[in-house]
Amino acid sequence: MTTATATTGQTRPVRQASMQRNRRWALVWSYVFLVLFAVFFLMPPIYMFITSLKSSGEVSAITNPWWVYHPTLENYAALLGSSTFMTFFRNSAVVALIVVVVTMLISIPAAFALSRMKFWGSATLATGVFLTYLVPDTLLFIPMFKIFAFVHEYTGIELINHWWALIIIYPTLTVPFATWILIAYFASIPKELDEAALIDGAGYLQMLTMIFIPVALPGIIAATIFAFTVAWSQFLYPLAFTTSADQLVLPVGIVTTLIKGDVYNWGQIMTGALLGAAPPLIIYAFLMDYYIAGLTAGATKG
Amino acid sequence: MAQVTLHKLVKNYDDTPAVRGIDLTIADKEFVVLVGPSGCGKSTTLRMIAGLEEITGGDVMIGSEVVNDVPPKDRDIAMVFQNYALYPHMTVYENMSFGLRLKKVAKDEIARRVENAARILDISELLQRKPKQLSGGQRQRVAMGRAIVRDPKVFLFDEPLSNLDAKLRVQMRTEIKRVHQKVRTTTVYVTHDQIEAMTLADRVVVMNGGLIEQVGTPNALYHFPATKFVAGFIGSPAMNFVPCAIEEAAGALRVRINSDIVFPVPQDRTQRYRAHIGKARLLFGLRPEHIVEQRSHMEPNQHAFEVELEVTEPMGMETMVFFLLEGTELCGRVNPNAGAQSGKRMKLVADLGNMHLIDDASGQVL
Amino acid sequence: MANATAINAGMPVTRRRMTMKKFVRRKSTIAFVMALPLILLIALLVVYPALFSMYLATLNKSMEHFVGFGNFEFLFKRDTFWMVVKQSCIFAISAVFFKALIGFFVAHFVHAIPAKGQRKWRGMLLVPWVIPPAMSTLGWFWLFDPTYSAFNWIFVRIGIDPVNWLGDPMWARFSVILVNIWYGAPFFLIMYLAALKSVPEQLFEAASIDGANWWQKIWYITLPMMRNIISITVLFSLIVTFANFDIVRILTNGGPVDQTHVFATWAFNLGIQSSDIPLGASVSLFMLPILAIAAIFILRGVNQRGNEA
Repeated sequence: MTTATATTGQTRPVRQASMQRNRRWALVWSYVFLVLFAVFFLMPPIYMFITSLKSSGEVSAITNPWWVYHPTLENYAALLGSSTFMTFFRNSAVVALIVVVVTMLISIPAAFALSRMKFWGSATLATGVFLTYLVPDTLLFIPMFKIFAFVHEYTGIELINHWWALIIIYPTLTVPFATWILIAYFASIPKELDEAALIDGAGYLQMLTMIFIPVALPGIIAATIFAFTVAWSQFLYPLAFTTSADQLVLPVGIVTTLIKGDVYNWGQIMTGALLGAAPPLIIYAFLMDYYIAGLTAGATKG
Repeated sequence: MAQVTLHKLVKNYDDTPAVRGIDLTIADKEFVVLVGPSGCGKSTTLRMIAGLEEITGGDVMIGSEVVNDVPPKDRDIAMVFQNYALYPHMTVYENMSFGLRLKKVAKDEIARRVENAARILDISELLQRKPKQLSGGQRQRVAMGRAIVRDPKVFLFDEPLSNLDAKLRVQMRTEIKRVHQKVRTTTVYVTHDQIEAMTLADRVVVMNGGLIEQVGTPNALYHFPATKFVAGFIGSPAMNFVPCAIEEAAGALRVRINSDIVFPVPQDRTQRYRAHIGKARLLFGLRPEHIVEQRSHMEPNQHAFEVELEVTEPMGMETMVFFLLEGTELCGRVNPNAGAQSGKRMKLVADLGNMHLIDDASGQVL
Repeated sequence: MANATAINAGMPVTRRRMTMKKFVRRKSTIAFVMALPLILLIALLVVYPALFSMYLATLNKSMEHFVGFGNFEFLFKRDTFWMVVKQSCIFAISAVFFKALIGFFVAHFVHAIPAKGQRKWRGMLLVPWVIPPAMSTLGWFWLFDPTYSAFNWIFVRIGIDPVNWLGDPMWARFSVILVNIWYGAPFFLIMYLAALKSVPEQLFEAASIDGANWWQKIWYITLPMMRNIISITVLFSLIVTFANFDIVRILTNGGPVDQTHVFATWAFNLGIQSSDIPLGASVSLFMLPILAIAAIFILRGVNQRGNEA
């Protein structure tokens, strides 16, 4: 800072510049760290992709693992042409879609009832829903195994080693959180809308279908995405309950069948893993905002 | 016949009483305003008429039918909410026709009614827009349109203008009055703003603490308030209250404010006030508009006094002057050219024909 | 009053009665019916199995005799059991700590860049959480492979000894925790970013004027304002991480020599693979006390937020 006596206007730009410099430093550091973490977070999937383009020859050749010298789509072709793999994919898709529908059919009316209509025990039930979400699948899978065995003994319905058993059990994972998200969204709709609809002559079912669902559509989409992703990614339950190849869903299928004995076909394994990760990733790419909204709605809206 | 009758109406939330027994008859086609401070029970009363609140005790009758257990949609009412409550995902047309569509009314009938209502409210060009594309005033009109379309026995308004800015509020007030003149339907209107009450109502119901203080035409409430609460609530700025005493001197009654200021009681009230000579806890009430500057000609019942002005507020049309008497701040409204200045003494004139004597212990106007 | 006499004077006054039809249409009946599937789901598929699990834990291996606490006594005497307890706790606590820390700091960096870019970066950084954990763990499995590890390839080239990521007990534990952190940190990032945005900017401006540096701002403003969301997410994640299955199962299946087993994987091996269901159930049940304590704290936190708001 030179001549302070010179025009007072001159001292100001210097101060501003140092503030700007501070801000620019902060930005630079932010970007540096962001890049570092982006590398950390994105490196495994990228590496998986690189590997998926390698023939098994190139994989075992121990050349630079981080680069593909002779990219090939043979792994993709092999898997997409394999009926076993496509069975896994189909099972996963069917299970996930049915579970989503079931989840929505249970959660939407329940969330509507819990957020709008106070009835005896509604507060307890709401807390109960939340607590259920906290009960992990790792606690329930063993008793469920035994329960399925019982059901088979008494009714002859085969539940173990059949993919449709998963449809019964997955909703325990998806419904609580979906209900939670929907309660938050429904609660944010102003109460006067209900009253106007009541006066207009709407019954509760009409209120739900003609007003609440359209207005809370973002929340419903978020809950649907969440339910689908959870159902698609499930590993423990199918691992416990399904064993024969035609009943497996994708996550279990890839892990168990592609690892045959001591021979690991890494190229194919990585391809399989990526294909298994594809549906959630694609949904995420297109509907990222709904995805994130669902997450934060559940928590920040309490 | 769309008469609304409230009979000993009571509402308790758990153990807290919100409405403590209301008796009111609203005539067919009458515009009645429920007014009072927050928490006085006016909205609760309106919602009980609508069927949005359970009735704890008493009856609500619409026409000749007791509607306590009748659901809102069967009461043949329509309601305009403070927050408009428009369905955000529907166009204006769909908003207005929703109730009719639920009742499976024929399409051309719906169109006729909606277009008619839109014409009355001057929103015909907005029919295909969604609520978020409308301004506050337009939304309020759509809300009113939705109510008109139902062609109900009773209109219910729950503080519809509270969310609008001051200028818009004045505009919409006139709109509502104009609409009422066109669509002559019994109306119950709730507000906390006494100016709205005075300008819109055929009759005003002043409520306080869950009870009705007084019912009457705006003029009646202004000139003949029955309680201190009503006297202080109606009129803006509020009525001045100063502790006083009634004394007798040479056969005539006087109102004494302090050692310097004494007002003669108007002749027509001498009989009435005689009984209260020497009574403790009396209040002298006089509206600011009845404390004016000294003019060349004094009317009967006018009496001059002089005080030092604390604050003056020039309002353009008049100047408000504030002064202290016996520790109470009083307000007067004088001509802007009368030379009022804060800190200076000024001669003011009280129009005692408009005075009120209030028993502070009971709150009654004597 | 006029109206009172009107009623008494026998003017036609109609009232409606409560009928069966009205009961069905009542608000509380409809509400209950709407919530019924949810109630049934929770009762039959969550509460009942949980209670059944407690019953199962008291049976012997062939599930024919009642052995009371026999299974639990058996477990207490086994070293493996205590190792599993220790590993599960260390695993959960260290993973959650780092996830929260990373999430917290990266949230600040994302918040600091101009708004237009935030969406892009946020999108990229959330990817680990979107990929099914079983799939991404396979990727890490490949990265850690003893022969082909891409990490070791780099290490060797810069002169560091190759690491036995999954075979050496210490490194195996590290790897498992690392993958869990990789998978879970983005969740914290998103939560904290949202919470950060809800802190009024003016508080930070006032602090600047008061002379606070970046560290003081975090300590005195950010942390207290975010206290509730931080505690809720941490408790939440403790529960989920504690009960984690996929990562350990795929990376190490509990090895080497049971040094990376957690409750879930050990219970699976005992209960399903070794077909000793009661024993497996007993192991699972040990998670219950910790889950219950965490759940109580979370509920308190959520209710507090409700009251504060």
